[in-house]
Amino acid sequence: MRIECPYCGPRGAEEFVYTQDAERARPTDGGASPTEDWAAYVYLRDNLPGARREYWYHQGGCRAWLKVTRDVSTHEILKVELP
Amino acid sequence: MRYSALTVLTQALKGHTGWMPAWRKASPAPAYDVIIIGGGGTGLATAYYLAKNFAVGRVAVLEKSWVGSGNIGRNTTIVRSNYLLPENVAFYELSLKLWEGLERDLNYNAMVSQRGVFNIYHSDAQRDAYARRGNAMRLHGVDAALLDREQLRREIPFLDYETARFPVLGALVQRRGGTVRHDAVAWGYARAADRLGVDIIENCEVTGFMFENGAVCGVETTRGTMKAGKVALCVAGASSVLAAKAGLRLPIETHVMQAFVTEGLKPLIDNVITFGAGHFYISQSDKGGLVFGGDIDGYNSYAQRGNLPVVEDVCEGGMALMPMIGRLRLLRSWGGVMDMSMDGSPIIDATPVGRLFLNAGWCYGGFKAVPGAGFCCAHLLATGAPHEAAAGYRLGRFAEGRVIDEKGVGAQPNLH
Amino acid sequence: MSGFRMATGGLVDRATPVRFRFDGRAYEGFAGDTLASALLANGVTLFGRSFKYHRPRGVLSAGAEEPNALVDVREGAWREPNTRATMVEIFDGLSARSQNRVGGLTHDVMAVNGLLAPLLAAGFYYKTFMWPAAFWERLYEPVIRRAAGLGRASGLPDPDIYEKTTEFCDCLVVGAGADGVAAANEAAKTAPRVLLVDEYAPLGPAPVLAENVKFLPRTTVFATYDGDYAALERLSDHLPSGPGPRQRLVRIVAGRCVLATGALERPLLFGHNDRPGVMLADAVATYLARYGVAPGREAVVFLNHDTPARLIGALAAAGVAVNAVVDTRPGSSALVHEAARAAGVPVFAGAVVTRALGGLAVRGAEIRQANGSVLRIRADLIANSGGFTPNISLTTHLGAKPVWDEGIAAFKAGALPAGMSVVGKAAGEGINPGIRAHWHGGQFAGKSFVDFQNDVTVKDVALAVREGFVSPEHVKRYTTLGMATDQGKTANVNALGVLAQMTGQEIAELAGPRARPPYVPVAIGALVGAHRGAEFRPVRRTPTHEFAEALGAKFIEVGPWLRAQYYPRGAEDWLAAAQREVNIVRGKVGFCDVTTLGKIDIQGPDAVVLLERVYANGWANLPVGRVRYGLMLREDGFAMDDGTTARLSDTQFVMTTTTANAGRVMQHLEFCARVLWPELDVALMSVTDQWAQLSVAGPKSLAVLRKLADEPSLIDDEALPYMGCKALTIAGGTPARIFRISFSGERAYEIAVPARYGNGLARALMAAGEEFGIAPYGTEALGIMRIEKGHPAGPEFNGQTTAHDLGLARLLSRKKEFVGRAMAARAALCDPARPALVGLRPVRAGDVIRAGAHVLPEGAPLTVAHDQGWVSSAARSPSLGSIGLAMLRNGPARLGEVVRVYDPVRAGNFLAEVVAPVQYDPEGSRLYA
Repeated sequence: MRIECPYCGPRGAEEFVYTQDAERARPTDGGASPTEDWAAYVYLRDNLPGARREYWYHQGGCRAWLKVTRDVSTHEILKVELP
Repeated sequence: MRYSALTVLTQALKGHTGWMPAWRKASPAPAYDVIIIGGGGTGLATAYYLAKNFAVGRVAVLEKSWVGSGNIGRNTTIVRSNYLLPENVAFYELSLKLWEGLERDLNYNAMVSQRGVFNIYHSDAQRDAYARRGNAMRLHGVDAALLDREQLRREIPFLDYETARFPVLGALVQRRGGTVRHDAVAWGYARAADRLGVDIIENCEVTGFMFENGAVCGVETTRGTMKAGKVALCVAGASSVLAAKAGLRLPIETHVMQAFVTEGLKPLIDNVITFGAGHFYISQSDKGGLVFGGDIDGYNSYAQRGNLPVVEDVCEGGMALMPMIGRLRLLRSWGGVMDMSMDGSPIIDATPVGRLFLNAGWCYGGFKAVPGAGFCCAHLLATGAPHEAAAGYRLGRFAEGRVIDEKGVGAQPNLH
Repeated sequence: MSGFRMATGGLVDRATPVRFRFDGRAYEGFAGDTLASALLANGVTLFGRSFKYHRPRGVLSAGAEEPNALVDVREGAWREPNTRATMVEIFDGLSARSQNRVGGLTHDVMAVNGLLAPLLAAGFYYKTFMWPAAFWERLYEPVIRRAAGLGRASGLPDPDIYEKTTEFCDCLVVGAGADGVAAANEAAKTAPRVLLVDEYAPLGPAPVLAENVKFLPRTTVFATYDGDYAALERLSDHLPSGPGPRQRLVRIVAGRCVLATGALERPLLFGHNDRPGVMLADAVATYLARYGVAPGREAVVFLNHDTPARLIGALAAAGVAVNAVVDTRPGSSALVHEAARAAGVPVFAGAVVTRALGGLAVRGAEIRQANGSVLRIRADLIANSGGFTPNISLTTHLGAKPVWDEGIAAFKAGALPAGMSVVGKAAGEGINPGIRAHWHGGQFAGKSFVDFQNDVTVKDVALAVREGFVSPEHVKRYTTLGMATDQGKTANVNALGVLAQMTGQEIAELAGPRARPPYVPVAIGALVGAHRGAEFRPVRRTPTHEFAEALGAKFIEVGPWLRAQYYPRGAEDWLAAAQREVNIVRGKVGFCDVTTLGKIDIQGPDAVVLLERVYANGWANLPVGRVRYGLMLREDGFAMDDGTTARLSDTQFVMTTTTANAGRVMQHLEFCARVLWPELDVALMSVTDQWAQLSVAGPKSLAVLRKLADEPSLIDDEALPYMGCKALTIAGGTPARIFRISFSGERAYEIAVPARYGNGLARALMAAGEEFGIAPYGTEALGIMRIEKGHPAGPEFNGQTTAHDLGLARLLSRKKEFVGRAMAARAALCDPARPALVGLRPVRAGDVIRAGAHVLPEGAPLTVAHDQGWVSSAARSPSLGSIGLAMLRNGPARLGEVVRVYDPVRAGNFLAEVVAPVQYDPEGSRLYA
């Protein structure tokens, strides 16, 4: 796969690391959020085929975090944005 | 027809014209006591033990494609129980014991070969971590030995003891570990389950569930609907997809892992060997190919294929450990998609949806689990209570924080 | 005599003879010959023995798809088994051997397997060898293993070197036949960079190419990946072993790709169709035209389409007698009749070859005519063709399935990967004129092989079908069809045809064959390149490496780093050296390179806000010039890392992480700053490599540092108290930072200078400290003192432990939000029954605690039910003897209890007392000594 980093241009995906999907919303109200919300955020994923938004980190490059829209069924990169 | 040397001989004289299909091509019945979704190793084993241990009468295995078309047919065939955490040691040891008696149980030679699994260590810290693991195994009554460099060298002389970037210092060895012919496991369970009356229905994809009072009461498939007393998901790699049809989100990401085989060679590597300073493990199949693998590609994928950087990384690990493989040729690579769970350990449990059960999250270690996963899942389905060897594999452990995290990397599946 | 070099013709260089050996005998060929063509020219048709039945095998093809003629080439460590003779270019001194034989090639003892063939049907091994259980590993399996496998590996390290490179182009063209050359030149009109690759050696006139076309011969594109291609360039496989690189892995990033990969011929199936002398028709044509070699003297041509008609005339022109043309098609075709008439050859239309006659070589063909009568025709060559299959392996690697085209009786590419197009024969253009698909003609006399290399016959496919293995994948797996080194290039379509015929299906209904990368086998060494041996991974050296090396330090791998482990003097072993170093620190002063700890510079108005959120403890009130210990949790509430962070100004902090987690913490901080809270005005920079950081520890540390500081009063206790920090200059103007923190428990300072001054600082410390008895210390002494002081480190921060487990629960702030707070508060993570940090000391002097041992109650049975914890760290303290840190259930409540330390894998089993983690100077008074 090749990812078009907004800062560095198109680069091999091995320069980047995927960490987690970008579909979930982190509970924002901190300690007021019920533990179940936090557990869902930390542990549960939609994990469905098709186009998905993900966080990739340009570890072997400019160290930017990118929000990448990628079809996990075909590995096609559909969009790369800054978060 | 019972398999034996005698039947092979008799059939040979008759030109092999008398063999029967290994399992019937069953058609869907309107209702079953238990429907198992997924005709892979785990699903077939679950069906077999349901019929054998619990005499559950009407069991169906629904397979969207052909039997054994998932990860049971695309893995590196290793079996072992050399785990650290007690939940895992207990479960995988149960599974290993089942492997040891599998062939006579199923009347099918799956070529369980206890060739020994050697985990190489490369630092004092790693030696101590392996000692902790070996000691945990010994406390469970599982065989484990810690070899130093010279002991290892006598057994496996061809590792890079001289020029390695990370020195080879010794190994943790489980001699009862080894390899099994993977496809034969699926076929053996399918045949044995079929003989006990299980309907194995191929080319039958589940498209949805039927509900009654909030509980699952049947499945909708490409071959019609079927009622069911209980439904079990045994579809590693696609667990989230099916669970979503029942309104569930799971602590799982689907990742791709590649595996590799070289051209066939005369005997060269006698054991299963894993590299401790990178991602690489290897064994030699009975056919002569060196079967090896390494790390997952690291990104979510349903594509059943990976990319070149991981191929290079795995080969680098291999040659760092055994420089002799450089001239050998990679023949074929393939990718399997798997459930990577949030703690790297599996789930065998009831779900919040009534009468729907989950057998999932096997990460890249599901093959060795097949007999145990089937055995424990059958126990759960038949009795409603988890088998003691799988008591830790509950779905609720994540929210509670009772995770079983062998690697200690937390809820990031691609690090497990 | 079967076969000869024609007097003229071919593209080989007849002026350059080449001498080589095969099975010990000397032969001569010409430059440009392959091993296959040169041996055929010498009349050698027997190349090896088959996998299962040890049947004699010759050469089937003239190219990469060869299933039969696999040989072992070169000698010693250069030995290369399973090499296709059709792809080996001969050179002076080449030696090659036949494979998979016991005894001579003509009298292979294992050929007895042929007699056992009825027993060895597909899958026979699944049905037997089950009794008694232990016999599998001891008896059956070793026999099977010895019999299986084809070639033999050298078992020696690969002596060759390999390269890797990346090619960027606008258009990649695969295959430099006429179609490929045309496609490349066409692309070159608009694309600035065109790359043309071809699998074969250049022979004959070079292609005429536009200036912007780069041509790589002997280069095989072996895989299609997402957005790029992998290719192997064979640099010196055609040369004697030498010092240059052998092969080059070429990663190709191409804007688009044109496949001009041609088509592969499939054989027709008949009895004994594996006999040496049974060859693909197009291969025969290639040997004639390219190498000037006739693979036989008397031929039968067997076909089901019109393409091989040309061969009839070509054979005749080469002086080969064509004794019969056998065409499966009723009436044959005008083209075939015409070619046969011109050569004076009889045509048997609607007929089939039922079997090849002969043993080690073909002696004739048995033909069943349309009217059912059978006749035998003399021949030493049966050139046959069942049609061509577009060579579209590269179109299927991403998952697309080929689709059947009934018009040409062939699979063509299905959906194509983005940017790929297929031209020429690879697209099915012009292939198989007049074809009438022919799979198998019913009963054959003798084995009829579908997959030559894995010895899979039509009967094996029939058996699989009988046993219910009717899906193409089941047939493949049950019979091993298509799984040999050729991946069934000549077998797969025939297998599907046979399967369709047996099951009454249309071949179009069956899934077309998907190839898995690589297209042809690739040496593992080429995928590794230079990353082998000591160069497997880069080495990170500390800024005092030279200094330590000069002093004779022993080094140890810590992740990618090499750190000084200990500095032996005289005959000291590691323990004596480490204990001496500890004593020097505790009694005088020592120093140690701690550069490997991660260092992150955090700047900006919101720097403190970020720290508040990523650390579990509070930071808002940390004054400038002070350092604080911090604990970081993961989102799931488990401990992630610890370290100290210093406040250099209102808006600047420098954080240290553990060595092991430096990368992960940096990634985490940036995720927090850029993704979770992008509104924070904060910048992060890893400065691990920018600063050489040395810990100077011991009661004389201040005295030593005073000598180095340009303004000594700046570091006196009033100016720099414990947990203070500041910037200063040392040694006459060198910028430095000093942190008064201690890992050893002694009065200690960490002093950081720009990395380039690391060795200089170490030498300056040695000079300044000489009068106080200073010495450097390594990681062993560091570890001993750390364990004496009960500081949790890597073995305790193993990702499975919580703040409670580590005795750090007091750091979990109740006054603020931080990463992991909610999850850390879950009952399971705070359960006192979880193993928690304690110290251990053996009850009996002489027992040695080792990390990795487990801890059980004193009198309990040695079973898992009583497993209550484990030793995480252990040290041999010069003052305390053997000590350990352990994670023990209810640990902090069990101080004083005697427990069993059990280490069966190292034969350890003794009693120890549970003590507090801090075993040395628990009051902490040494910090101020």
